[in-house]
Amino acid sequence: MVGLEHYLVVSILLFSIGALGVMLRRNLLVIYMGLEMMLNAANLALVAFSRFNDNINGQILVFFIITVAAAEVAVGLALIVALYRRRRTTDVRELTDLKL
Amino acid sequence: MQDLLFYFFAVLTLIFGFLVVVNPFTRSPVTSAMFLVLSIISMSGLFVMLHAFFLAAIQILVYSGAVIVLFLFVIMLMDLKEEARSTFQGIRLTFSLLLAGLFATVLIGVVLTSGLGAEPVVLTLEGSTAVLGERLFNAYIIPFEILSVLLLVGMVGVVLLSKKNLN
Repeated sequence: MVGLEHYLVVSILLFSIGALGVMLRRNLLVIYMGLEMMLNAANLALVAFSRFNDNINGQILVFFIITVAAAEVAVGLALIVALYRRRRTTDVRELTDLKL
Repeated sequence: MQDLLFYFFAVLTLIFGFLVVVNPFTRSPVTSAMFLVLSIISMSGLFVMLHAFFLAAIQILVYSGAVIVLFLFVIMLMDLKEEARSTFQGIRLTFSLLLAGLFATVLIGVVLTSGLGAEPVVLTLEGSTAVLGERLFNAYIIPFEILSVLLLVGMVGVVLLSKKNLN
């Protein structure tokens, strides 16, 4: 029987994979995709907790998270486009203005 | 049958998620975005397994619909040269794998030893549209309205950010 802990393990593994993508990849867009995967992993954990604790509020929170994430993606991608216009690159190795 | 479906969707979600990051076929972000679509669709299968039907639909509509289309538009807006193949080597790879592995091991250990799924529970919760809508438009009406303002603010911000010269 599949229980709460199965879903949580899947969620943790997905979060780790997303974090691995953020740490390994050098393309800003792929890093952003990794961030989206981490957000999705959190959503999965919330829905699983909601189901197994018989509490609908978890799903409401996921609804809000998905909406805010959509707005966040739009703003983030606009920032990446603005950055690309200025620097002609999306490689994080070349974006070192804050380095001492 | 239900258990089988869970393992099917879980394995698909993780494999496609891994392919987003590793992407052994090409280094192009377009393939990563396509694998992200597949991962998200498998994950909405997991949502259906959890009886969160409305969220499963929203997940497909908003994520694999709107968000990925945005990603693809931005990728095609800029002509990217392919990332060099050798970027996965050295101390970075070791430390990234170590860190992610440590994180996953510790959290999975906590989940498995905490006895979360020990007592059998009666699962009656249904995340249908009617239930969620009733809750959204009664108890959570203020956050819902604030969210619509947030979307408007985001839209205006994006229009402003994508102007040619920001004066």
